[in-house]
Amino acid sequence: MAAGVLTGVRQVLRGPRLVSAVFSCHGQTFSSAAAAPDTGETKILNFPLTQPDYFRLSELFTLKDLFEARVHLGHKKGCRHRLMEPYLFGSRLDTDIIDLEQTAEHLQRALNFTAHVAYRGGIILFVSRRRQFGHLIETTARECGEYAHTRYWKGGLLTNASIQYSPGVRLPDLILFFSTLNNVFQQHVGIRDAAKMNIPTVGIVDSNCNPSLITYPVPGNDDTPVAMEMYCRLFKMTINRAKDKRRQMELLKGISASV
Amino acid sequence: MWICECGILQDVSLQCAKGCDVVFASCLSACRRANMAASGCRGVRSILWKYGSYGNNLFVSRSKMVPQLPLRQIYVASSLWKKNLAAAGPQKFTQEFIDKQVEEFEVGKRHLANMMGEDPETFTQEDIDRSIAYLFPSGLFEKRARPVMKHPEEIFPKQTAIQWDAEGRPFHFLFYTGKQSYYSLLHDVYEKILAIERHQDKMRNKGLFTSDTKQILLTGSRWLLKEEIEENLVENISVQDYMRLIQLMELLLSMPYCSLEEEFILKFRKQLEVQSSKYEIPALQYDPQGVAFSVADGRRKSAKASITLRDSGSGNITINGRNYLHYFPVLQNREQLMFPLLFVGMMGRFDIEGSVEGSGHSAQAGALRLAISRALLSFVSEGEVEKMRQAGLLTADPRIRERKKPGQEGARKKFTWKKR
Repeated sequence: MAAGVLTGVRQVLRGPRLVSAVFSCHGQTFSSAAAAPDTGETKILNFPLTQPDYFRLSELFTLKDLFEARVHLGHKKGCRHRLMEPYLFGSRLDTDIIDLEQTAEHLQRALNFTAHVAYRGGIILFVSRRRQFGHLIETTARECGEYAHTRYWKGGLLTNASIQYSPGVRLPDLILFFSTLNNVFQQHVGIRDAAKMNIPTVGIVDSNCNPSLITYPVPGNDDTPVAMEMYCRLFKMTINRAKDKRRQMELLKGISASV
Repeated sequence: MWICECGILQDVSLQCAKGCDVVFASCLSACRRANMAASGCRGVRSILWKYGSYGNNLFVSRSKMVPQLPLRQIYVASSLWKKNLAAAGPQKFTQEFIDKQVEEFEVGKRHLANMMGEDPETFTQEDIDRSIAYLFPSGLFEKRARPVMKHPEEIFPKQTAIQWDAEGRPFHFLFYTGKQSYYSLLHDVYEKILAIERHQDKMRNKGLFTSDTKQILLTGSRWLLKEEIEENLVENISVQDYMRLIQLMELLLSMPYCSLEEEFILKFRKQLEVQSSKYEIPALQYDPQGVAFSVADGRRKSAKASITLRDSGSGNITINGRNYLHYFPVLQNREQLMFPLLFVGMMGRFDIEGSVEGSGHSAQAGALRLAISRALLSFVSEGEVEKMRQAGLLTADPRIRERKKPGQEGARKKFTWKKR
């Protein structure tokens, strides 16, 4: 029975990208979970949005941590993007200050979503085109057991995947952008491609970035090493937590290992 | 417009109106014809049925069906049905097929050994080649067209193995970049640079930082070429990628403590073969009487000569068992023989015994002269050797007979030119 639930959820992630089905609260899922042995477990798999913080990720960071990591520092007034204005607290001596309360909310939502994707064994791709932090991000991805792409983005990597890679390739289920701009200060091609392929994205948007196509934008500083290290640490801890929880559930409840 | 996809065909929920059933059945049969596995259902899309008002609704139930449906069949060229062979790329072999071929090869090898009456256990590839050449003699000029029996790994082109596990998760963390081995190499190099910088900082903190540390010896080696790196990585890289890699390696080398990563760097250097353009001086040998002698060879055009130079002699020269005066009646040839000894000033010191064959008298004399010069090297000092080289005594004359060309009398001579 639980296996049926899982295969249903898996098809959701694998097959036609009906991402909305994961979020649907009306039980239009592929299972009749009525007679499930553990309702708590199946509940979190089928109705993830009923619990806002299943993995208790809000204890990973505080507002003070964000401030000390200089996440609130944006770019100068001249670089400001019009669509980022709602997220800005104000500007001080021409430097934009990002509203950390909004950032904390967005970050918590983003981490929660990442945790849920990792819990279901989704493929997470870390993307950034900042050469300063490329190595750090690749190392973080390797330590979580996920994937990274901090190099030149070739045109059809997502949209022409069966030719770029091999016919049966599985695309990422979530893309994390640690900086949404590329080296010429234009929006990263991956954001548009992910939107085309119905792949949800989480992105750290600075005050000069466009947050519109990103599913879970997180307004914050993407230039300072302290801030980037903090983000990497947070996402790594989230993913590891989710995977550990999954392994724990599999051992305890004997759910089949296939996600 | 109604297009069916392979995946949805299996689903029962697509039971449509009465007209649809016909289409559905024909689509199914079309699917089977059009080879579902390789080319997908592209062929099916060519059968497009236009419904009146029901064009957009996929899930039409029976109750809603209308008896009279205006059906218009759209005909498409049959070339759409055919599989696009060019687009498929080089033929792909499954792992099971390759394994079966390997099995058959091993069994066939044993049969062949039995046939030839040899031991199947110690039957090597050379034996196989020999046996096949014996059993299937072929007069074909093209060696690659002759019958061959080799291990399937050498015959079937290597294909990259599937790079993800049963759940579809790729094995390598940089898989989605497209060039996983190359970028992981860059990642490793950068990691090493960071490690050396940390080491430097530690040494600085302790106050032990020095710039004159052990340097890696790079003389006599070169960086691997782009092709060699492509071979190692088993994937193609561009020229810019290659240059970037070399840049990073140079950066690594420029750091003071680079000797920590010496063996990593040397993996990317190739030792150049020691190019000894200098002729090796023949060793001085001693015969039972204690007399020193040396042996050397020389060639000119197609004449081959071999000389034995014996010390404490009196200037006798014997060639092919005859005295040089008899063998070379022409003065010029005798001068050629004499010149090396004259040059080093050891005219009456040596006894020369030589054998020569091939070509004409002048070429034989030249071959002998070269052989004498080479033999003299072991009796002469370093400075003299350099002088001999500058005199041209040690250079083999590269001139050979030029071939005759068609449309001409000889190599250069042309037929009589006629104005009209």
